[in-house]
Amino acid sequence: MSVHPWVAWYAFRRHTAYPLGAFTEGLTNTVFGLLRAYILIAVWAERPSLGGYDVTDAVTFCFLTQALLGAVQVFGGMDLTARIRTGDVAIDLYRPVGLLGWWLADDVGRALATLLLRAGPPLLTGAIIFDLRAPSPARAAAFAAAFALAVLVSFALRYLVALAMFWLSDDQGVQMISLVLTLFFSGMVLPLVVFPGALGTAAGWLPWSALIQVPADVYLGKRDVAGALAFQAAWAAALLAAAHLVTRAARHRLVVQGG
Amino acid sequence: MIEVTDVARTFTVRRRTGRFRRVRTTVRAVDGMSFTVPRGQFLGYLGPNGAGKSTTIKMLTGILTPSAGSVRVCGLDPSRQRTTLARRIGVVFGQRTTLWWDLPLRDSLALVRRLYRVESAAHRERLDELTALLELGPFLDTPVRQLSLGQRMRGDLAAALLHAPELLILDEPTIGLDVVSKATVRGFLERLNTERGTTILLTTHDLGDIERLCDRVLIVDRGRPVFDGDLPALRARADTGRTLVVDLAEPGPPVDLGGVTVARVAGPRQWLALPPDANPAAVIAALSARYEIRDLALREPDIEEVVARLYQGVVSPAAG
Ligand SMILES: Nc1ncnc2c1ncn2[C@@H]1O[C@H](COP(=O)(O)OP(=O)(O)OP(=O)(O)O)[C@@H](O)[C@H]1O
Ligand SMILES: [Mg+2]
Repeated sequence: MSVHPWVAWYAFRRHTAYPLGAFTEGLTNTVFGLLRAYILIAVWAERPSLGGYDVTDAVTFCFLTQALLGAVQVFGGMDLTARIRTGDVAIDLYRPVGLLGWWLADDVGRALATLLLRAGPPLLTGAIIFDLRAPSPARAAAFAAAFALAVLVSFALRYLVALAMFWLSDDQGVQMISLVLTLFFSGMVLPLVVFPGALGTAAGWLPWSALIQVPADVYLGKRDVAGALAFQAAWAAALLAAAHLVTRAARHRLVVQGG
Repeated sequence: MIEVTDVARTFTVRRRTGRFRRVRTTVRAVDGMSFTVPRGQFLGYLGPNGAGKSTTIKMLTGILTPSAGSVRVCGLDPSRQRTTLARRIGVVFGQRTTLWWDLPLRDSLALVRRLYRVESAAHRERLDELTALLELGPFLDTPVRQLSLGQRMRGDLAAALLHAPELLILDEPTIGLDVVSKATVRGFLERLNTERGTTILLTTHDLGDIERLCDRVLIVDRGRPVFDGDLPALRARADTGRTLVVDLAEPGPPVDLGGVTVARVAGPRQWLALPPDANPAAVIAALSARYEIRDLALREPDIEEVVARLYQGVVSPAAG
């Protein structure tokens, strides 16, 4: 049996080793969820069917995305970045398995652990204070698939950003650009459905929408499930293929830092 | 086991010289390196800081691709067949760890078993053996982040050896260890080499490691070999020869013996530098005929000094 499930399991354990920290972050997500919810309620009071969402959809979208943001890591970053900067990536590179597969397994474990520890508080609080939409079992299953694909897309994007470290001595610029793009085009700042005209159309086709907007639409029943999953899967495949190529290129002109 | 032929590795570094201007300079970390290591050898790989040792090790393990020349390890090309090679060699970088920081040592070792696909029974047997030899027992269940440096180092050695590699490559494995841990690690490496026949390449700045363990010493400087031979050959490189330390009955002026120079005087104690070809017995006889001697000791040339001279380029560079 391959080592990858074990890597994922170890990552899961590592990220659940300190549940208190994760729980605090879950509470922070909840507080921001409440703030966002009241802003959205105010907006929807002015424009009751903005972007095809009613106010319940908007509030559900808000708490759902607060629950997901940790797992799909919209604020970016990955342990691999620091390992490339310090040269610890040398350790990853002499293992008898590829770099991409190893870190993908690690990230899957991390995403599941984060979902488990951080999704509860925002969803529960939202459901108690507001009236949230509950999905049918079929929708819930479709949403689970959309979430899994969102994790893959998120991983591939962050992995590509991390690998940029092999070429750049300083990654702050790339991290910054990536953060802005992710927050804005994932639907995290505002649901993409409220973006006007061409910007909204373009945002819907970009990979970042696969992180938050598409899974939320699947949950809310705003989108054809097969089309949504195919869209995410296509981006996941394309980005992972790119990640594979960039890994190969990096290995050829690789500079590992430190003695 | 290892064949390195005319290998070079350069790094391009961009340095800021002004607000916007940058110059690109090329650092030749390894430059025209050739050596071979036969199966079963224990090779000490020495050199001053920045000599290119770690860079060479990264090329041997396939982490870096050489800029020129060819590297073969276990008959494989490391950078092209990295994962195949990784199953056959063990590597320890003293300053880094393969262990999972937040998990008990035992769990990291269990993951290593999955990584190298070691059979469960074979794994248990090797783990028991390594636990006994490296004295891992007391901290097998401690999270790695709570281990001391010496404990972690022994854990890393175990992790590198669970799959019974033919070749073990060590980059400063005794860095920062106390005398007891060092002795444990050295004793362990010695057994591994003599009893299992594992080929070992060891990089260290601790010459005690070299004196205790190595069949052969390869010294590099600025990316090139400057010495290749065994310990006696290395000592013979010293133009100082041995030192005779005598305690005379009374303090006095430097003793006067033909062909022997007094290197140092401290009260009644004097240090006599013997030429490499001198016969110590004759010198002692001549000395005791003319002076009253309380005590004496004959010292081999200090290996630290020999190596320091080599590093400073006092000894003419030539492969021995
Ligand atoms: N990633 C890098 N980028 C630029 N230069 C590098 C890089 N890695 C190593 N070098 C340079 O290559 C040379 C050899 O470095 P290396 O780490 O191989 O030395 P070393 O023999 O291991 O030294 P030490 O005993 O200090 O560990 C040094 O001059 C170093 O500055
Ligand atoms: Mg080094």
